[in-house]
Amino acid sequence: MNGLHLLPGIILAPFVAALILLFIPSTARNAIRGLALAAASCSLALATLAMFTYDNAAKGLQFVEHVPWLTTFGISLDLGVDGLSLPLVLLTAIILFAGVFVSWKLENRAKEFFTYTLLLVGGVFGVFMSTDLFVLFMFIEIAVIPKYVLISVWGSTRKDYAAMKYTLYLLSGSAIAFIGLFAVYTYVGSPHTGLGYGTFSLAELAKVNFSPEFQKWAFLAMLVGFGVLVPIFPLHRWTPDGHSAAPTTISMLLAGVIMKLGGYAIIRVGLGFFPMGAQYWAPVVAILAAINVIYIAFVALVQKDMKFVVANSSISHMGFVLLGIASMNAVSLSGAAAQMFAHGIMAALFFALVGQVYDKAHTRNIADFGGLAKYMPRTSAAFLVVGLASLGLPGLFNFVPEFTVFAGSIQRFTVITIVSVFSVVVTAIYVLWVYQRVFFGPANERWAGLPDAKGVELVPIVLLGGVLLVLGVWPGPFMDMVSGGIMPIVGRIVSAPMGGIF
Amino acid sequence: MNEAVLLCLIPALPLVGFLLTGLLGKKLGRGLSSWIGTLTVAASFGLALTLFIAHPDGFAASGLGIQLFDWIPAAGLTIAFGLMLDPLSLIMTLVITGIGFLIHLYSIGYMKHDEGAPRFFSFLNLFVFSMLLLVLADNYALMFVGWEGVGLCSYLLIGFWFTKDEYNAAAVKAFVMNRIGDLGFLLGLFVMVATFGSLSFGEVFAKAGAMEAGAPALTLITLMLFVGAVGKSAQIPLYTWLPDAMAGPTPVSALIHAATMVTAGIYMVIRSHVLYDLAPIALTVISVVGLATAIWAGLIALSQRDIKKVLAYSTVSQLGFMFLTLGVGAYSTGYFHVFTHAFFKALLFLAAGSVIHALSGEQDIRKMGGLAKKLPITYITFLVGTLAISGIPPFAGFFSKDAILAAVYARSPLLWGLSIFAAFLTAFYMGRLFILVFHSKDRTTKGVHPHESPWTMTVPLIVLALGSTAAGFLGMPAVFGVPDWMAGFLAPSAGEYAVGLEEGTEWLLMGISTVVVLCGFIFAVLKYGPGKVVPTEDKKTRGPVRWSLRKFRVDEFYDALIVKPLFALSSWLFGTANDRGIDGVVRGTAGLVAWVGGRVRLLQTGNIVFYLFAMTLGVIVIAAVAALG
Repeated sequence: MNGLHLLPGIILAPFVAALILLFIPSTARNAIRGLALAAASCSLALATLAMFTYDNAAKGLQFVEHVPWLTTFGISLDLGVDGLSLPLVLLTAIILFAGVFVSWKLENRAKEFFTYTLLLVGGVFGVFMSTDLFVLFMFIEIAVIPKYVLISVWGSTRKDYAAMKYTLYLLSGSAIAFIGLFAVYTYVGSPHTGLGYGTFSLAELAKVNFSPEFQKWAFLAMLVGFGVLVPIFPLHRWTPDGHSAAPTTISMLLAGVIMKLGGYAIIRVGLGFFPMGAQYWAPVVAILAAINVIYIAFVALVQKDMKFVVANSSISHMGFVLLGIASMNAVSLSGAAAQMFAHGIMAALFFALVGQVYDKAHTRNIADFGGLAKYMPRTSAAFLVVGLASLGLPGLFNFVPEFTVFAGSIQRFTVITIVSVFSVVVTAIYVLWVYQRVFFGPANERWAGLPDAKGVELVPIVLLGGVLLVLGVWPGPFMDMVSGGIMPIVGRIVSAPMGGIF
Repeated sequence: MNEAVLLCLIPALPLVGFLLTGLLGKKLGRGLSSWIGTLTVAASFGLALTLFIAHPDGFAASGLGIQLFDWIPAAGLTIAFGLMLDPLSLIMTLVITGIGFLIHLYSIGYMKHDEGAPRFFSFLNLFVFSMLLLVLADNYALMFVGWEGVGLCSYLLIGFWFTKDEYNAAAVKAFVMNRIGDLGFLLGLFVMVATFGSLSFGEVFAKAGAMEAGAPALTLITLMLFVGAVGKSAQIPLYTWLPDAMAGPTPVSALIHAATMVTAGIYMVIRSHVLYDLAPIALTVISVVGLATAIWAGLIALSQRDIKKVLAYSTVSQLGFMFLTLGVGAYSTGYFHVFTHAFFKALLFLAAGSVIHALSGEQDIRKMGGLAKKLPITYITFLVGTLAISGIPPFAGFFSKDAILAAVYARSPLLWGLSIFAAFLTAFYMGRLFILVFHSKDRTTKGVHPHESPWTMTVPLIVLALGSTAAGFLGMPAVFGVPDWMAGFLAPSAGEYAVGLEEGTEWLLMGISTVVVLCGFIFAVLKYGPGKVVPTEDKKTRGPVRWSLRKFRVDEFYDALIVKPLFALSSWLFGTANDRGIDGVVRGTAGLVAWVGGRVRLLQTGNIVFYLFAMTLGVIVIAAVAALG
């Protein structure tokens, strides 16, 4: 099956479409969005195909592609996916597809909007597919940069401030990760410590025995550098502003996939190559994760703008990923990897629904609302479903990774886990409280004319909500795939034991 | 048909009903949705009954199990989606579907005029499905799915009339307080995974059986699970949501908040009795919490003015009794009370609903009175319920309460003394409620014309009244010379239990409890009976009555101690710590860079002489360092 060249198709679809868009006149609105939809459909179809044809029994890297590029520096365009990255590729394709429908009616510079969006998504695909560290890093930058334009041109609520804040935070992170990257390159290139020739190939890097001392610092660089993307406390402050200022589709991508780049890179590079360093810093990561989870949940409680609630909730939920990473056993890491997917879908749907309300009501201020359920029964039902997913109700997918993360983490960090589990209460409070104030209560005359979700607006609801529901009831094959991707990393952790910093 | 398939169909049918009425409710219309919702539950009851008739011992030998698929196969922990029927889950299933069916039937009449009827029946069906999942699950994780599902339905149905803010607040309160309990439940499960590496009943109980009694892990697990039970079954300190939950439509109060969901905590403890038997500390905690709740809620029930709130506190109190019984190790006795309580408390709520329906929504008992003649069926059935809950022989509550009191006495006469006091409270507040609603002077609002309810509402009342009369015969104490069917039936799931009291003692205890109950009634008659004036307006109350009326101000206490500080902390974390703290540091860094840039800029004067001077100075310094170094 792996003879299929699916990965180039998935990644080229958005890039090629972005290129063609440049030659389409900006007045041809149908052609523009039609092309974006075609690219998104192509990626989604191929990603789904890859998901179903991936050989779960064989595990490991599949659909491998090799294109020599900067051979002098040991860099090549190597692609391949395993149980860890393939779900994230699918996640990206799903969110892009849903996002195109969310922006279907966009009129303001639609051409430029879709061009930048496709570039961004192409970059994200690249990160998840690259099996070359340098290329992976390059794609992160490709994914990050268009965001600045997208927020500052099409955004709302202090968009310039938010765009700049986002860019500065993320570039600072990149700078730190870049230092780590070159330290690795140098270490590997040295004949004394490494292979004697420079390479960025993940497969080659896996052969190197990094010294414990080097691992400590390399992991730290990866943690801080990629941690900004996750985001990890206290580097999280770009998130609420960035998410809230961005236009809906971009918020979906930001919370849905950009945050996952960080988690993915930490697991793939940080844990994969520096397991001893990871174990050394694990207690610190666990504490920061707990702060993410519980502290930001409290912050979400007192937000006045719906979108800020969801944005903060995203940071809180990404804390589960960090906790799963810090605990470093098979159960917790499977949970962390699955949580990235689950949260991505959930956050995207959350933002899509907030966007639906905002587009019609032109406000997101919770206090302005009340009784929307009467006028928008479909939107409010969908909002309840995603809210329940967010508070970890079993039957919806988010419960599965949260449960697995905690079941794994309590074995390593008992107290920190107990503290983090408290978030199930706080999350329930803020989700239901927002819901009560916006959708329930006496019908507010002011909103009497608001149309319910219909037509293209139903696409993200059905697609994303359906994924949450189906995987909630039957997560088996998905979890199998994720576990398969995690096991080699767990193997490396087990074979290189190391004490924590405290 | 294969019995395992029948077992799967039992929860599947209400699920289908939920999907049909939920997705197509508008097209189906009110009438059709109502009947679909009702008949799916009836069919489940039929299936459960078929299995029961075919296996009167309730699959005692090894249970009827089916593994559908691996639900969560994470690396290192696999959780199956499996169902299991044994005596305990079979009898629970019969109660849920049987009483559930009656309450659905009743709802057809009750919700006839509500345009949200399809939504109501879809939620009710979803509830029955979740509750069945809870009791049929063969592992803790799946049980937790049902556990959360019933909580969700409870939330949705309490706030069913969502345009009222007060109801929504009650719904959120119920969900959040249950979540606090669930936190304990979840932690219990995580510790279980860490200890046993599994969550399946069979594996956990087998491994626990090999452990020493009082092992810290077991104590921790059982206490944590009990925290979950405290939330779900409304025990101190998490009981305040249940009275507020009365905001929901009355059939909901009967089904969810009296007969089934709130007993889930008791079911869970009985299911885990292997663990609890090995955790004496947890059992002691359970009995103390149960007894305290029984008395505390009984005291509050004494002076409540809302017909449903009296019943709600009564439920809390009765649940306390059940936990007390579990705490003394009499699991099957505790379950027996769950069983009889399901009949008479559902009956009381539905009869109360009939009263409310007749009075066009009035719930204040000060505005009732003299309804006996106008609502004859409701009157008689409510009387049966009152006698049953108070424990008058031969009604159902008598036998179950007697069994409880005997079991408690066998453990400790002191606990027994306190329990008998709680039983006295029950008789008094039920007597008061009964008199104020059906006898005493007619105080109904002018213009309201009370009428008896339609057949769909009265038939369930009659059936439940028959159940409340006869259900007790299934668990008669040994002294009557009849075998205790209930204890024998449950023994494979709930363990053997024998009171071990002398025959004379048992008779004496029964006599005392009957006399105490009668005393409660007499006090109620003396205070509210013929010739006594019942105030219709608010009158200043003083002393203990005021405390009871104000529910001991627990809600206010929680508000001041937990809710307000929580929000204050959140505001501080958001405003001060986030904005001024972290952002402050970041802005400070930016400011520093700008400041340094500003200073450095001054060096760029464009003056060649200055540059040359600086360069020369630099060369000298470097040379000096090189020479000295």
